[in-house]
Amino acid sequence: MKTMLVILLSAMLTDNFVLSKFMGICPFLGVSKKLDSAAGMGIAVTFVMICATLVTYPIHHGILVPNHLEYFDTVVFILIIALFVQLVENILKKCVPSLYSSLGVYLPLITTNCAVLGVTVLNIDNGYSFGQSIVNALGAGLGFMLALVIFSGVRKKLEYADIPETFKGVPATLIAASIVSVSFMGFSGLFN
Amino acid sequence: MTYLIPALILGGCGILAGVLLTIAAKVFYVKVDERIEKIGESLPQANCGACGYAGCADYAAAIVQKGAATNLCRPGGADAAAKIAAILGTAAAEVVPMTAVVHCSGDCNATQSAFLFDGVQSCKAVKRFYSGNGTCKYGCIGLGDCVSVCEHDAIKVVNGIAKVIPALCGACGQCASACPNQLISIKPLAKHIDVLCSSKDNGKATKLACKNGCIGCKMCEKKCPNGAITVTDFHASIDYDKCTNCGACMAACPVKVIHTCEA
Repeated sequence: MKTMLVILLSAMLTDNFVLSKFMGICPFLGVSKKLDSAAGMGIAVTFVMICATLVTYPIHHGILVPNHLEYFDTVVFILIIALFVQLVENILKKCVPSLYSSLGVYLPLITTNCAVLGVTVLNIDNGYSFGQSIVNALGAGLGFMLALVIFSGVRKKLEYADIPETFKGVPATLIAASIVSVSFMGFSGLFN
Repeated sequence: MTYLIPALILGGCGILAGVLLTIAAKVFYVKVDERIEKIGESLPQANCGACGYAGCADYAAAIVQKGAATNLCRPGGADAAAKIAAILGTAAAEVVPMTAVVHCSGDCNATQSAFLFDGVQSCKAVKRFYSGNGTCKYGCIGLGDCVSVCEHDAIKVVNGIAKVIPALCGACGQCASACPNQLISIKPLAKHIDVLCSSKDNGKATKLACKNGCIGCKMCEKKCPNGAITVTDFHASIDYDKCTNCGACMAACPVKVIHTCEA
């Protein structure tokens, strides 16, 4: 139980995928303009991460390893991730059309979101058990959502801030991102 | 066997995913009103956004689902409005022909450049450096961001400022959103009198920056019989709903910044 908690919190805070491992930066900058789309994106990515882990872990250990096909990991994992992204897209289009249109191109981009593939591959590399893998995926997804939600708040403040002409727009956003990243450095050393 | 098993496993995964997605597509199928598709086909597919919606498909959906007006398509004009009305079975709404106009007359004879700009040759890029390289910070930069977005070849840079050719203009508003100084507006084609200056500086500063600028003297405001012209932020602007093309403002203007822009 203690290891589970450590895995969950370290995936969320100390090894936050976006702010410490710079994975999944494109939705982090692209969908963080509004709080509701940031939270929606976070939920979508968390869902895809957990589902992908649920499927890729048994496939890796049940099918690929016994047949000595570990070199297929990347291809199979991408296929599974693409499957779930497509599924999420269909569900959102039917059930939450407003979120579907506000996520726009960033929704299909989850397919190539390196944070998602990163979770599934790191689960295997770190030698996690099935339960630990799912907890790691949950932590990574929640950490991703946390980063997006916090950053959407920062960007809202940034809209009204008086910043020098040259820094307006993208430069100011990137600087703000670096400062949020610095704040997450405070979590390092939380677990040993 | 060494090749067969990997192929089978990968193929199996692919087939499984395919079957799953087909089922999901059936379960989560979203029914689309067929009128939306028909209206989409009768629109020009310029996706210019002049109607106020994000592209032709979005506008078509808005007409059917939200009851948006049928005469908003500028590039399609009366033609598209008639087709849409026919699909919906309603009377065709009236379409006023529109055109774009550039509110600046600070050509190369009237202004100087404040510094030499050697970077990317686009208005947006220059605008990032001290609000542009002209002496007037509000005027046309003249590098033709509007020209490159125009799909009708209706806008040209002549002697350092952009000019619209009303006969070719589809009034889609692409140029208006491309202009970093917001100099371009869309107005009814029939109203041919325009103030060609957008300077927000006071009269003295405007005169220093540009020989042709509006000094905000309010002569036109006093002379206009319809109250159609008002001076705000040190430059005059015309309310085209009230303007009757009488030309009193043109005659009154001491700096001749009000022009008739007839095609």
